[in-house]
Amino acid sequence: MKIFGKIALTTAAAAVALTFGLAGAALAEFPEKPVNYIIAFKPGGESDVTARFQQPFYKKIFGQDLVMSYKDGGGGAVAWAQLNTIAGDGYTIMGTNLPHIVLQPAQKDVGYTTDEMTNIHMFHYTPDAIVVKDDSEFKTVKDLIDFAKANPGKVTLSGSAKGSSNHLAQVTFDRLAGVKTTYVAFAGTAPSSTALLGGQVTASWGYTTVPPQYAGTRMLAVAMEKRHPNFPDVPTFKELGFDMVSGAYRGIAVPKSTPEEIRVKLGQMFQKINDDPAFIKQMEDNGFAMVNAPYGPELTKFMTKMKGEILTSAKEAGLIK
Amino acid sequence: MSGFDFFLAAISPYHISIALGGVIAGTVIGALPGLTATMAIAVLVPLTFSMEPASALILMGAIYTGAIYGGAYSAILLKTPGTPSAIATTFDGYPMAKRGDGDLAVTLACLSSVVGGLIGAAFLLGLAPPLANIALAFGPVEYFWLAIFGLSLISALSEGHLLKSLIGGTFGMLLTTIGVAEVSADIRYTFGSHTLIGGIEPVSALIGLYCVPVLIDLVATPGRHLKVTAETRGFRLPEALRLAWRHKINLVRSSVIGTLVGILPGAGGSIAGLVAYSEARRSSKRTEHFGTGEPEGLEASESANNATVGGGFIPTLVLGIPGTPPDAVILGALLVQGIRTGPKLFLEGEGSIVYTFIYGLFIATLLMLPTGLLIGRYAYRFIITFPKALLVPTVAFMTIIGTYAIRNNMSDVVIMIALGAVGWILDRYGFKPSPIVLGLILSRIAEQGFVQGWTIGTARGDVLAEFFARPISMGIIVFIAVSLFYPVIAKRWRLYEEAKNAREN
Repeated sequence: MKIFGKIALTTAAAAVALTFGLAGAALAEFPEKPVNYIIAFKPGGESDVTARFQQPFYKKIFGQDLVMSYKDGGGGAVAWAQLNTIAGDGYTIMGTNLPHIVLQPAQKDVGYTTDEMTNIHMFHYTPDAIVVKDDSEFKTVKDLIDFAKANPGKVTLSGSAKGSSNHLAQVTFDRLAGVKTTYVAFAGTAPSSTALLGGQVTASWGYTTVPPQYAGTRMLAVAMEKRHPNFPDVPTFKELGFDMVSGAYRGIAVPKSTPEEIRVKLGQMFQKINDDPAFIKQMEDNGFAMVNAPYGPELTKFMTKMKGEILTSAKEAGLIK
Repeated sequence: MSGFDFFLAAISPYHISIALGGVIAGTVIGALPGLTATMAIAVLVPLTFSMEPASALILMGAIYTGAIYGGAYSAILLKTPGTPSAIATTFDGYPMAKRGDGDLAVTLACLSSVVGGLIGAAFLLGLAPPLANIALAFGPVEYFWLAIFGLSLISALSEGHLLKSLIGGTFGMLLTTIGVAEVSADIRYTFGSHTLIGGIEPVSALIGLYCVPVLIDLVATPGRHLKVTAETRGFRLPEALRLAWRHKINLVRSSVIGTLVGILPGAGGSIAGLVAYSEARRSSKRTEHFGTGEPEGLEASESANNATVGGGFIPTLVLGIPGTPPDAVILGALLVQGIRTGPKLFLEGEGSIVYTFIYGLFIATLLMLPTGLLIGRYAYRFIITFPKALLVPTVAFMTIIGTYAIRNNMSDVVIMIALGAVGWILDRYGFKPSPIVLGLILSRIAEQGFVQGWTIGTARGDVLAEFFARPISMGIIVFIAVSLFYPVIAKRWRLYEEAKNAREN
């Protein structure tokens, strides 16, 4: 009995300490401890690398650690379907990707819906771009279109998996330019760019991150509003008369049980990283482009716009009904 | 700076100590099924932010090379490859341990890994820029044929059970189709279950199919796990050295195969080990002993998989194309550090980082010899002296942790256990785990290559030419034909010889 009493007492004491501890944590300045940052993909992918870019800045500005963990599977769907089952105390955040979180639930029941994702920030995107080898005969987008018009279906373009931003861009571009090209889907940007460098395909629907990483490649045009600061000589599709701005967008979401003030706070924190000139330089040097949409009306507006655009081009691509 | 200066930078006490720490950590992590080099490096990446790029690379390279070697322990002692690279190690490593030669097998694995690692690093040092072109010469169709070649090795490795092995391989291929298809993004065979969307993770399937049946058998049979010999024999290093020297051609050939396969970004250590194993088996005078505890088989697999480390760094550093999954993480860490990979990295003047790293990799590989021998000895002692009643729950616990750690996903653990039970039943009917796991790993590569090759071929207007008229493809197809029909021919030949001998007598 005595032993049981002792155990009961210890447990009670521990429970009290825990309760006070938690209450204390909620009151004190967030963040008080390391934040677990779940990446919905394998380590080493672009979603991981960009989160890694944030990591040292987070530590520098907020004095706490961002700790990465990886929950790969189903093209991200496995992790996103579990997001809302995690305790929402702000200490677990998860990377999200567009068009994935719009397209996946629209295609099939994957265990989550787009509106169930509580994004707190969209921090950058990798704009779509047509990439060719340095020694390619195509100097401009017009060269490529002329060739494609003369040889319908013969132009092969490697890119990320079906339903990726690359794929949607290919479909949109074909429609706007009035050409017919063949899209060859690869398991990511690395194998897709390898196929380009190896001369397996005519060109590649890649991203602005391809030329900085793979020597021997150049871009014909980028799907941005304005030219990329790192590539002032590469025109935008808009300049050439094709109204397309697209890419793979990345953001951060929290479980929906996360209190409003912590959502706002996290959104502001990641915006602060986005405002750091050294962070911007590092992102742009590697070919990324900044998006600044912290939690609030800005993000809601941004998401509504993106959702509409993605669903429209996915319908054109025949990916959804 | 001359090469010698880079060498001096690499052998600073600081670099030697991080290489030592990395090798030890890597070996232990690699020995535990499920804990992979990729994960170990990913966890350590933040640590490398505050390091010099060359030091960070040495640390990550040391962990990587240690983990690939560590995978041999569980392959030899538990018949469970710690990483897919060690699949071929189980073929002869486990039978050796079973008959009481586990100590020799572990020491031999260490020697072979060191040789393989050194040869791989030598290629990286001397020939990286030209060899990187191999990575580009392989298109979708070549990967398709390479995967088929890997699958065809099933038949070469399974004399007598050919049909059952092919059925097993097909079963593995079917398992791969579950979940989201990697390139077409279709959701297949999930039957509405959200659990199955993530598909069957190859490493967790590998743990289930290899390790669970071993555990069940351990519980179901009264004998000891491995045969224990009375006298302690230490490392049996002189014996292992003699064996390694006698099989030096095998070691060198396997290491070269490992390096070359390592350069191919889509292939990976499992193919390297298998190709080297089947080559060793084919060219050996003791072909019929392979699979029953033949040291040559173990040497081939272990030297080849460690050679993939150096080989994999070649496209990673020259082209920015990660050769293997751990290379992808290392590449990411380098980007954060502001290091651009590319041919320039190897040029005079800018090459300091890369050359310091390569010498560091040599040192880490050499350090694997003393640390590997010591850790190996303890691992062996542990497995043979630990009471079975404790060994089984300990290993079972590790398999669960390891499986969970791969993707932080509980459903992988459930799938692992279920596949383990299925694997145990299949094993009783003669369906071995290796063909199933190979089917699971290789059909992913084959499917992608096939779909891409078909799409490109259709666009070019000649699918047949795309698949059959490319020189590298034709070469691989010849290999496939040889490996598919070799067992049949070998058997016929043997019967013929026997009949001839019988007539002569």
